[in-house]
Amino acid sequence: MASTTQAAPAAHTGVKLPVLEREKLILNGRSYHWITERICGVVENKQPLLWWLLFIPSALIAAIGVGGGLFHLVSTGVGVWGNTNRVMWGWPIVNFVFWIGIGHAGTLISAILFLTRQNWRTSINRAAEAMTIFAVMCAGIFPAFHVGRVWFAWFLAPVPNANAIWQNFKSPLLWDVFAVSTYFTVSLIFWFLGMVPDLATIRDRAKPGLRKILYGIFSLGWRGGNRQWSHYEMAYLLLAALSTPLVLSVHSVVSFDFATSVVPGWHTTIFPPYFVAGAIFGGFAMVLTIMVPARFVYGLQDLITMKHIDNMAKIILLTGTIVGYAYLMELFVAFYSGAIYEMDAFKFRIAGPYWWAYAAMMSCNVLSPQVFWFRSCRENLWVVMAVAMCVNVGMWFERFVIIVTTLARMWLPGDWKTFSPSPQDQMLFVGTIGMFLALFMLFLRFLPCINIAEVKWTKLESDPHFDDKEHHPDHGAKPEAAYQKELA
Amino acid sequence: MSTTRKRVYGYLAEFKSASALYKAAEKVRDAGFRKWDCYSPYPIHGLDGAMGMKRSILPWFVFFGGMTGTATAFTLAYTTQVVIYPTVVQAKPANIFTIPAFFPVMFELTILFSGFTVLFGLLALIQLPRLNHPLFASNQFHRATDDGFFIAIEARDPKFSPAATRDLLAEIGGANIELVEEED
Repeated sequence: MASTTQAAPAAHTGVKLPVLEREKLILNGRSYHWITERICGVVENKQPLLWWLLFIPSALIAAIGVGGGLFHLVSTGVGVWGNTNRVMWGWPIVNFVFWIGIGHAGTLISAILFLTRQNWRTSINRAAEAMTIFAVMCAGIFPAFHVGRVWFAWFLAPVPNANAIWQNFKSPLLWDVFAVSTYFTVSLIFWFLGMVPDLATIRDRAKPGLRKILYGIFSLGWRGGNRQWSHYEMAYLLLAALSTPLVLSVHSVVSFDFATSVVPGWHTTIFPPYFVAGAIFGGFAMVLTIMVPARFVYGLQDLITMKHIDNMAKIILLTGTIVGYAYLMELFVAFYSGAIYEMDAFKFRIAGPYWWAYAAMMSCNVLSPQVFWFRSCRENLWVVMAVAMCVNVGMWFERFVIIVTTLARMWLPGDWKTFSPSPQDQMLFVGTIGMFLALFMLFLRFLPCINIAEVKWTKLESDPHFDDKEHHPDHGAKPEAAYQKELA
Repeated sequence: MSTTRKRVYGYLAEFKSASALYKAAEKVRDAGFRKWDCYSPYPIHGLDGAMGMKRSILPWFVFFGGMTGTATAFTLAYTTQVVIYPTVVQAKPANIFTIPAFFPVMFELTILFSGFTVLFGLLALIQLPRLNHPLFASNQFHRATDDGFFIAIEARDPKFSPAATRDLLAEIGGANIELVEEED
């Protein structure tokens, strides 16, 4: 992609080698106004037919699956789920870990790539953060109802109760409560604060009326003065710096739920990094699954460029390979430990009645991303979408393999069972997929799906020294005025 | 009807680009103004220096907010696990030496309290939310969140004078200079 070269700047002393030109993050030299128009247009214009075709079914599925499913569950009892045997974590915890993992890509893009100054994040961070919020909402449903009697879920919070019982702060399950709720809260703050200047943009474009009032309230009266920007940028930096260890801690704590229990196949130290890499891997696949179609539907190709997709494909390749390494290392450690129970657990995973789940996990997560070694595959959106779908499926199966195959063969042979999800199980999972999609569609409809202010900031001319020939002799060589004239 | 008196908020001038705004800001700063601000659709790198502003003090708020979180989590865990409800589980002692098991919650609450301090500290520092502002009465100011670059000098600045400030803004390259008024 980045193949054209340009001469080294004249001010550069020393050996003059051709410089590989940095790929533009905004194509066709789009002006500030064009960026505003295009992104706000998604919110202001009528939604395309595809939006309705996706929103109505997913909202219905959410209403039936989550609303109806949970109503049935609560009114009948948690026994309607399929985990009434030794596979007591069963389907709900598989889905919990699956959804919470999806969220991690959003925080990685918004926090870690911000700290490492990866400017390409600006085009995708808003949508990825929205995915984080919605995925954590879907995730939270499962453990909340998995506690059995959901009206006692408040027992999770350390507040005095009539039984004078206090939570066990030494338990990873309680750590999980704190980790996930902190993650949701801080992600929400990060997402909202990041959106304030863009909400102000929509407010300033709106005609007087309800829209102006509502966006006015949510943009908090933002004016875009530098005395605001200065503190705002510091706040953003702080939130990024706080979210980075937070996101690494969340899936680590989730993995502690498994790793601290003395169960063959779970009791390993590789779990925290393995879970975090897997979460980022699965999350990026979901970002691609949603953003590749969205950029076509809303004509955002100049903002979410092939460069962005290329970068995400490379991250999927990297994290997929880390996950593959973890799978193989688990097998090696099981062999090297000499512990027969550990070895049997993995033999059972690979060759037992759940071999198909293990095969699906391996082929989807480890093999399918390997095509991204080839540039032609990273540039072919059909291949990118196919791999992203594979990864979505594969990461779900990974959690299925970890939870179900392990619990189905615990210490006592009398406990051995084969798990099958009940219709209510399946209904709720499909319902959360609908809920996730429906929420994302509402997000596209009402909120700026790309970070307008930050995307503008990545333009070359946004640098106040852009036209300063003394400091930047290489800038200003390609005036963008020609494009602006064309658009005016 | 027009019994409301108008009070002058200040002058608003438009600049054509980020670099023009930057150079103008240096001149307004050197002219000694205090109550003024530069408005842009995105944060401009280095403008703090050009305006003579100090680094944000928000990190200090957040440091103490975060420490409050750490202390809260430790107190919560220690009080419940050691003082009022000691239970030996996972072969961990019911005394201070069980503290490693408290670290995850201490970490999470540090982040949670810091996150809230960022939000509320920021809102306090930038004096938001507010429902209206005199500048919103301007007919061109809406472009500050789109593609406009503005400088506003407030009338309450001691150096403000209706004629000289206008001339200064014109001299440093300001266009569409507008006197912004607010209802008193």
